[in-house]
Amino acid sequence: MANFTEMVKWNQLLEATRETLYMTSISVLTTFILGLVLGLLLFLTGKGNMWENRGMNVIIAGFVNIFRSIPFIILIVLLIPFTKLLIGTMLGANAALPALIIGAAPFYARMVEIALREIDKGVIEASQSMGATHGHIIFKVLIPESLPALISGITVTAISLVGFTAMAGVIGAGGLGHFAYLEGFQRNRPIVTLVATIAILILVFIIQFIGDYFTKKTDKR
Amino acid sequence: MISIKDVRKVFPSKQGQLKAVDDVNLEIKEGEIFGVIGYSGAGKSTLIRMLNGLELPTEGSVTVAGRVISKIRGSELRKARQEISMIFQHFNLLWSRTVSENIAFPLEIAGVGGLERQKRVNELIKLVGLEGRENAYPSQLSGGQKQRVGIARALANNPKVLLCDEATSALDPQTTDSILDLLVDINKRLGLTIVLITHEMHVIRKICHRVAVMESGRIVELGQVLEVFKNPEQPITKRFVQQVTVPEETKETAEHLLERYQSGQVVQLSFIGESVEQPLITNLIRQNNVTVNILQGKISQTQSGSYGTLFIHLDGDELEVNKAVDYIRSQQVGVEVISNG
Repeated sequence: MANFTEMVKWNQLLEATRETLYMTSISVLTTFILGLVLGLLLFLTGKGNMWENRGMNVIIAGFVNIFRSIPFIILIVLLIPFTKLLIGTMLGANAALPALIIGAAPFYARMVEIALREIDKGVIEASQSMGATHGHIIFKVLIPESLPALISGITVTAISLVGFTAMAGVIGAGGLGHFAYLEGFQRNRPIVTLVATIAILILVFIIQFIGDYFTKKTDKR
Repeated sequence: MISIKDVRKVFPSKQGQLKAVDDVNLEIKEGEIFGVIGYSGAGKSTLIRMLNGLELPTEGSVTVAGRVISKIRGSELRKARQEISMIFQHFNLLWSRTVSENIAFPLEIAGVGGLERQKRVNELIKLVGLEGRENAYPSQLSGGQKQRVGIARALANNPKVLLCDEATSALDPQTTDSILDLLVDINKRLGLTIVLITHEMHVIRKICHRVAVMESGRIVELGQVLEVFKNPEQPITKRFVQQVTVPEETKETAEHLLERYQSGQVVQLSFIGESVEQPLITNLIRQNNVTVNILQGKISQTQSGSYGTLFIHLDGDELEVNKAVDYIRSQQVGVEVISNG
C-alpha cells in the first residue's frame, strides 16, 4: 500500500485533473454557443423554414459534415499551423482548445438541428400568427421548446470532449490523458494509468448526472 | 370588417398547378360569426390562412380591419396580426410554458410590461374559466382546457377578428359544445368578429350566423344559416345539412315501412322558425281523413331560430292523402314526398 501511494504523485494528478476540467469546461461552453448558432442556421435555412436558403444550407451542412467526419487525432495534427498562429504554441491546455472546439461544435450543431426539427411546426406558425418577430421565435419558441434535447445533446458532447482532451493530452496538451500516458504508460506504472482512468470516469459520471438532472427538470411534456 | 376580392391561390405541384382557392369573393361584417364548411381539400384552410397572411393570394386582395393583408409585409403585417388572432385544431401551445406563461406570450410579443401583463393574464384566465390551473403545463390539461388556453391566448391583445382553424375537430362532442358556447359568449360580450372553418355542420348550426360552403376551391353556396338549412341548393350542401337533420337510420326506416304497408306516402316535413311550434299534426288529423304514423323527427337550434324535420307515413284513401299533403303545403312547411307506396 505504501508502494501505491508512493507511485502516484498526487499533486500531479490534481494538476492534471484541473487541466482536464479547464479544457473541458471552456470547450463545452464554446461548443454550446457555436454549435447552437450553427444548428440554428442549419435549421432555419432548411426547406420550409424562416430563412430558407438552399445555397447557405448546403455550405453550412458541408462544413458541418466535413469537420464531423475527420477523426479527432488527425484533426489535431491538421490544425497545428492554425493553432500555432492563434495561440503561439502547440503545448499546454490552451493549445488544445481550437481543435477541441472545431471537432465538437459541428457534432453538436447536428444535434441542435435534430432537436429543432422535433418542434411542432404548428407552434411556430401560431407564434407567427401572433405577430412574433424572428428574434421572438428563436429565443422564445425554438430554444425553450427544444431545451431538454439541447441539454441532453450537450451532455453527450461534453462526454466526448472529455475523451478528446485525453487524446489531445498525448500530444502535449496536459491533463489526465497526458498524465496517464507519460507517468503511467511510458514509465511502466499501470497503477498510475488506472488512477487516471478512474478520475476520468468520475468526471464523466458527474457530467452525465448533471445533464440528466437538467434534461428531466426542463422537460414538461 | 373582412373583404375578400377575386382571390385565387395556386400551389405548384408535381402534377402541374393546384388551384386551392378559386375566384372567391366574400364580405364578412363586424360582429358576425361566419362559418366556412367543406370537406378536407376544399381549400377552406388555405382561405382562412390568407386572412392573417400565413398564405398570400396568387391573385386578388384580402382586407381585414382596414388593412390590406395581401399587400403588407414585415412589421406592418406583424402589427396587423396582433389584431387578427387564430386558434388551431391541435391548439399549438408551448409545452415549455405554464398556462399563465402561454397566455402571456402574445403580450410579450406586443411589448406589454410585466405588471400589466400579469393583470391581463388573470382577466383572461377568468374569462375562459381556467381558474386554479394557472401554473399547470399543457401536458397536464385535457383537450378542452388546452383549447381554452388557446382562446385566452388569442384574446390577449384585444383582437378585432378571431380565426378558428378546425378549432373543435380534435375534441369530443361534449367538449366541442362547451368550447362553442364560449365562442358565442365572447362574440356577444366583446363584439368580436369570428371566422371559423370546419367540416362539421353541427358547428355551423350551433354558432354561425352565415355560412359559406366550399367545394374544390370555390364557394358554391352562401347565406344565412337558417336559409341554407331550409333551402340547400347544391348537392354538397344537402349532404352537410343532412349531417344534422336526418339521422342515418331514417332512410332505412322509411324503406322498411314502405315495404310493409305498400300504400300511402312517406313524407319529409321541414319546419323553420315559428312553424316549429305549430300543432300541425293535430290539425292534419282533425281536418283530413288519414292515418298518420310518425317515423322520425328532430329539431335543431341555430343562432337565428330553430329548424326541424319530421318524417311521417300518411295512409288512407289516395284522394284524402293528396288532400292532406296539400294541406301541409299551405301551412308554410316544406314538404317532400320521399316515394309512393
